[in-house]
Amino acid sequence: MTNTPSADGRAPRPEDFYRTMRLIRRFEERAMDLIRSGEIISGIHPCIGQEAVAAGTGAVLRHDDLMLANHRAHGQLLAKGCEPGRLLAELAGRTTGIARGRGGSFHPSDFSVGVLGSTGSVGHGAPLAVGAGWALARAAGDRVAVSVFGDGAVNQGALLESFNLAALWRVPVVFVCENNLYATTLPVAASVAGSITGRAEAFGIPAESVDGMDPELVYAAIVRGVARARAGQGPTFLEFRTYRFEGHHTFETKTRLRYRDPEEVAGWRARDPLTLQAGRIPEGLRERIDAGVEATVEAAVRFALAGPKPGLADARKYLYASGVPARPGVAARPREERTPR
Amino acid sequence: MTKLSYTRALNLALAAEMERDPAVFVLGEDVRHALTNVTAGLFDRFGPERIMQTPLSEQGVTSFATGAAMAGLRPVIEYQIPFLLMLVFEQIANQANKFSLMSGGQARVPVTYLLPAAGWRLGWGAQDSDEPYSLFAHYGVKTVVPATPSDAFGLLVSAIRDDDPVAVFAPAGSLAMREDLAPGDLVPVPLGTGLIHRVGHDVTVVAIGHLVYDALVVAGQLEDQVSIEVFDPRTLYPFDWEGLASSLAKTGRLIVIDDSNRTCGMAAEILATAAEEMHLLAPPRRITRPDGAILGFAPELDLAMQPDRRQLADAVLEVIKGGQSAPPAARPGPLRA
Repeated sequence: MTNTPSADGRAPRPEDFYRTMRLIRRFEERAMDLIRSGEIISGIHPCIGQEAVAAGTGAVLRHDDLMLANHRAHGQLLAKGCEPGRLLAELAGRTTGIARGRGGSFHPSDFSVGVLGSTGSVGHGAPLAVGAGWALARAAGDRVAVSVFGDGAVNQGALLESFNLAALWRVPVVFVCENNLYATTLPVAASVAGSITGRAEAFGIPAESVDGMDPELVYAAIVRGVARARAGQGPTFLEFRTYRFEGHHTFETKTRLRYRDPEEVAGWRARDPLTLQAGRIPEGLRERIDAGVEATVEAAVRFALAGPKPGLADARKYLYASGVPARPGVAARPREERTPR
Repeated sequence: MTKLSYTRALNLALAAEMERDPAVFVLGEDVRHALTNVTAGLFDRFGPERIMQTPLSEQGVTSFATGAAMAGLRPVIEYQIPFLLMLVFEQIANQANKFSLMSGGQARVPVTYLLPAAGWRLGWGAQDSDEPYSLFAHYGVKTVVPATPSDAFGLLVSAIRDDDPVAVFAPAGSLAMREDLAPGDLVPVPLGTGLIHRVGHDVTVVAIGHLVYDALVVAGQLEDQVSIEVFDPRTLYPFDWEGLASSLAKTGRLIVIDDSNRTCGMAAEILATAAEEMHLLAPPRRITRPDGAILGFAPELDLAMQPDRRQLADAVLEVIKGGQSAPPAARPGPLRA
């Protein structure tokens, strides 16, 4: 669906990155429209502004590489090849969604493109990815695992434990830290002692800090990390310095929090990764891509809204992989009290 | 016939499943040298990739297993101390056990959490003597508590083969138990099936884990006065409600002896379900640890918190006296006042 150019052995072209980023941007803008119109309840954690990290990452990975994402994952899912219509249907809680409406925006997964899940518990996806990577290493082949998290995750004990395990056991995993400078409202400067890359370096994991607003720089760094993992050389940690243009969550449009200096936001918006990448391709090509993305996203909206909502009777379906039934919340009455029908 | 110990039964189950399925592997602290004896001989037989000695990083290791399971393996994690399962409650209850639903059925997380010394051990003090199985059942994590060596074998095998996370609590009080077994006696025991250890017709005593032995002793002591049926649920979640209902259809009287704390413990759920849905002639009783039990070190303080045979015998005699026609004022008061 989207570009995963290296999967077919071809190096991605500038327009490939642009197309993916444009898709992510328009997808989320349309998702926010659907939140306003009530088609999507609760809201989303938008990744607008951070598209270059997803586009650069997705361009390196194959569908059979495994990813554990986080709560701000639409971009990573789309870049890894998730169908926009099925992802949007998931956000809208439809049974045609990638997780049949059970995961929503918060917990999306799409096994068909290797996205195993997205934990809401910040930082806790990292040990999942390390375990998945270890399983891949035990199987034949050169598949790798990728863990995507934000700067808020780097102070979680379980994540740091997973760095130790990954390094100790040379697990083929790439840690992708999307440092957007804020854990909800908490700035990195007030939450991270030492440095973000220093955490990985302490465990002997090669670490780089890279400009996350340029998809081609992201791509080059991910290529290095994935190559190490595929070659059996163990984990790599990559910090991508980026910025979310929107709030932590769409509910911020109502709460009107003021934790970022408007000048800071404007400064980062001036570095919009889409503008950067648009400047690298011919105007006519960009217009054709935009039109194609628009058609894709509108088709996705139509697909999502046409999907059926789950039936009430199915609420307990999928609780267990083994299919064991769970009791309902209201007890049956004692047999002798039941009125015959 | 050989005398098989409980720990040896766990060891045989692990070895058999590792032999049968190359996806099965063990993670844990000190498993290479088999501190608990559960993995004795397995490192030499299966090597370091399948008997993985881990650092003291329980949260990381627990989610590592979840990730490995989602990618196709079948991990068994050994924990040495009961409360470690609370340290990783997030990883088990909020992650491993939720991925099946959150993924709309895409994910399978076949991880077994093996706790080979759950609950009370005399002299282990406040922090290492808990029995947190009720919390796992409350959260819908499949939870088994084998009382006997043959059930330890059969339930561990079924837990490993199950496609969902399963917590296996091996009560410390059962570890010393041995059982006369013929070779064919070691078979898988399906999750969710209870076992009647002793048939009776006056009162059903539901006993969990090592308390099955106490219930059997009391049933023997009182056999001239009352006929006690000893029902061992074996799996706490999913519970064998049909098995319990069948027993109560016969006896109409219920006592639960459970090594949980009283509030929201497993006994509370069993009593509530029986009261809501089953045939009862008299108010049921439970024998548990006190509310919020924290064991003091001195043996006297420690034992004062444990459900015991005297309490069970008293409860049996009280419940036998109670009946449907008895007015509320005549009901026996709290046993532990």
